[in-house]
Amino acid sequence: MSVTANGPTVKGPKRYENPRTPQGKAGKWADERLGLAGGARKQLNKVFPDHWSFMMGEIALYSFIILILTGTFLSFFFDASMTEVRYDGSFIPLNGVEMSRAYASTLHISFDVRGGLILRQIHHWAALLFVASMTIHMFRVFFTGAFRKPRELNWLIGLGLITLGILEGFAGYSLPDDLLSGTGLRIAEAIMQSIPVIGTWVSFLVFGGKFPGNEIIGRLYIVHVLLIPGILAGLIGAHMALLIKQKHTEFPGPGKTEHTVSGERMYPTYSAKAGGFFFLVFAVCAALGGLAQINPVWLYGPYNTAQVSSGSQPDFYIGFLDGSTRLFPSWEIRVWHHTIPAVFWPTVVLPGILFTFAGAYPFLEAKLTKDRAKHNLLQRPRDVPVRTGLGAMAITFYAVLLLSGGNDLIAKAFDISLNAMTWGGRIGLLILPPIAYAFAYLVCLGLQRHDREVLEHGIETGIIRRLPNGEFIEIHQPLGPVDDHGHGLLQYAGTPVPKKMNKLGNPHTSKVRGFFYPVREKAEIEAELAAIEATEQERIREEHRELTD
Amino acid sequence: MTDDNVDSDAADSSTDSEYGFGPAVADTAASTSAPRIRAKRGGRGSLRRKLTSIAILVGALTAVGGGYALLAPSSGAADTAVSAADVEKGRQLYETSCITCHGANLQGVADRGPSLIGVGSASAYFQVSTGRMPAVSQGANNLRKDPKFTEDQTQWIAAYVQSVGGGVQVPAGNLRADDADLAEGGELFRLNCASCHGATAKGAPLSAGKTAPGLNEATDSQMYAAMLSGPGQMPVFSDNQVTPDQKKAIIAYVQSMKAQKDPGGASLDRVGPVTEGLVVGTVGLGLLMVTILWIGRKS
Ligand code: HEC
Ligand code: HEC
Ligand code: HEM
Repeated sequence: MSVTANGPTVKGPKRYENPRTPQGKAGKWADERLGLAGGARKQLNKVFPDHWSFMMGEIALYSFIILILTGTFLSFFFDASMTEVRYDGSFIPLNGVEMSRAYASTLHISFDVRGGLILRQIHHWAALLFVASMTIHMFRVFFTGAFRKPRELNWLIGLGLITLGILEGFAGYSLPDDLLSGTGLRIAEAIMQSIPVIGTWVSFLVFGGKFPGNEIIGRLYIVHVLLIPGILAGLIGAHMALLIKQKHTEFPGPGKTEHTVSGERMYPTYSAKAGGFFFLVFAVCAALGGLAQINPVWLYGPYNTAQVSSGSQPDFYIGFLDGSTRLFPSWEIRVWHHTIPAVFWPTVVLPGILFTFAGAYPFLEAKLTKDRAKHNLLQRPRDVPVRTGLGAMAITFYAVLLLSGGNDLIAKAFDISLNAMTWGGRIGLLILPPIAYAFAYLVCLGLQRHDREVLEHGIETGIIRRLPNGEFIEIHQPLGPVDDHGHGLLQYAGTPVPKKMNKLGNPHTSKVRGFFYPVREKAEIEAELAAIEATEQERIREEHRELTD
Repeated sequence: MTDDNVDSDAADSSTDSEYGFGPAVADTAASTSAPRIRAKRGGRGSLRRKLTSIAILVGALTAVGGGYALLAPSSGAADTAVSAADVEKGRQLYETSCITCHGANLQGVADRGPSLIGVGSASAYFQVSTGRMPAVSQGANNLRKDPKFTEDQTQWIAAYVQSVGGGVQVPAGNLRADDADLAEGGELFRLNCASCHGATAKGAPLSAGKTAPGLNEATDSQMYAAMLSGPGQMPVFSDNQVTPDQKKAIIAYVQSMKAQKDPGGASLDRVGPVTEGLVVGTVGLGLLMVTILWIGRKS
């Protein structure tokens, strides 16, 4: 938009200056006071590329919104107090039991508040989905190299989001003050105390005295509904702002460059899609919340320091730490007459190393590859085998820890001894990641080689021809011009290479047939597209004229 | 808590729970008094199972859950009023099935089986009625199996073991406390049993390859007998530690918990966060990934 410094000097009333519709009038009213229209127009015209893998982050965003909505509802009824009461509600098996108000109010939400149980369940399912989708979103960013310059900061913000998401989930899981979550808090206390020198002091500070005290639920509540959601919202805002500022990355392909973005406009196409997708995410959470029971705290009973249940597990996002604790040998190391408890290593040191390494990765990679350039085009995982291998290695490491977190249940389900599971986990943790690395590396090279072969020899057509000398050959369809020997001249460029005949041809053909569209003739569509294009051009030209003259 | 706790009465909530959202409280009230009624509840149970299978696309989970939803066989309390004829029938069964490992006078056979003197009819009843005895081979993990003997035969064997060796016996009569004691039973269960069997009585592995089994199939008298005799790794809960009334309260609690419907929908086997995580990874993310791929293909 070429707007001169002193603003558009408009002669005579223009259509957009004197809106007639109520919406238009409201918009004008707002713009005269806020002056946001210019910026908004720019944002709404932003182009978002679409590739299915870019939507995983959106799941996280929408689950966050669902969490805020359902969480707000829960907070109307939840009472974050550890004052003991005698339960007198409709869940008979707990009638007369001493419990904290927090637990009693969770029972109240579950059994006596209309829609309370389903909202509690949606909240919890959405929490799991929130962390899970952030995790796969992070994998996407990693494997495509989207974290490279200039986007390192957004990678760090993302890591902050996932860390806070985990903490937020843990705080929420602890709020109902049931036997399961109380056991979790007790373990959290043990972890805090294991920190050398300051441990006891930290735990004293957090719990406001000895465990469990009377404070912790109230404190976690503030952390859960105010502190972390606030920071999360801020970070999500920063994450999106950077995304918009730096523009979205794209996969390389025909017509894609480092300097342009192609895709759908923010408004209306993209926002319609995104809005629709929000409702799909909500639908999935609601379906889970309505049909699958989660965290049935009434079965666990109120927290009581004298009781413990076997098979107590944290939510899955903490599972890897539970797993590392189960696998780590019970070595108590003495340093300067000070015994460091065994839990310190797998629960403080290990995640510390993992998250530090994850945060440093973009910088390490840039240093090692001496790649200081800005990148707006992504890389396909196969084109960077070392990184893909490292990612596979990290995922395997994480997966072994996560599985070990549930190793008692696996042992029981498959009738394996728990000791065998533990040793299997230890050995697996050491040998599987390197194997995953080697495997991923080789698969990447294999895929690359196949792409190159197709570029050189063309696509297998499935047509077999018999040569006069009796030999059979398969006819290949070259992808582009060929040299004297019939070898393709197209260079390998890290872009997708068609591998089947029906992937060739007019780029519009893929739009011809669809779920919601009838099968239509290509010519008809092309004519239609040309018409749309022409009107669009005309509109832009007119707008331009209006602004400049 | 506000007053509306009070007016949502049991009858109300039971209709609610047909749809899986109401509390399962009404059930527990009925199930404690008359064990026989439970068999009839299959109808509602199957409705829940239907809901369950719609709800969860994970067939495996449903299968496990459905398996557990099968109701425990009705229990027969050990009858203390035994006749000499019963003891005699028990002796005959003992001599055909047990003598090789436990010896002619219950004194035990080295490297085969321990002495049964003093274990009492409680232990014998527990071991035989849960199919653990006669053991197939030594050293094998004595897990619950289909019992080899009928309820009557089991009683006879137990009577015989009692008559020769003496020991603790399961009292006659109703072994379940009534509803008023459910809460106490729950507290006692969490205090004494949950550390091995889990708060939802789903069982868990112990160290060294042993397992605390789930209590899904245990009948009232088996539970009572288990507490009295302390099979395997399980400690004995003598009447001094856990009084007979407390034992009955525990039994009432466990049986009511097992019979309770899951107001929140599919139970996911009530094992907690592990299956929940599995479901969110497969069903939740799975559905959304399919959606994403589908949207991606459209553009
Ligand atoms: C193949 C050998 C074998 C046979 C046959 C056998 N048992 Fe056993 N029994 C054992 C062994 C071994 C143990 C110890 C199991 C353990 O410690 O887990 C045992 C334990 C017991 C106990 C528990 C003892 C205690 O300390 O509480 C009882 C009761 C018992 N058996 C009864 C019987 C009865 C009744 C029969 C016949 C129906 C029978 N057993 C048949 C081998 C056998
Ligand atoms: C130290 C752990 C431990 C504790 C505590 C414990 N149990 Fe057990 N329980 C076991 C083990 C182990 C077995 C399996 C014994 C065997 O198979 O020989 C068992 C078996 C049982 C069985 C038989 C289950 C079946 O279906 O075969 C019942 C019933 C039972 N326990 C009830 C209880 C009750 C009720 C309490 C609390 C009062 C309790 N247990 C406390 C470990 C424990
Ligand atoms: C951003 C991410 C959030 C995550 C990951 C999260 C996670 C959780 C979890 C796992 C629970 C335990 C639920 C249960 O009882 O099963 C919980 C409870 C709760 N959450 Fe959140 N939550 C989030 C945001 C919020 C927000 C924004 C609010 C309020 C404004 C909120 C309010 C509550 C309340 C009141 C409870 C206790 C209610 C109960 O246990 O029944 N949450 N949360």
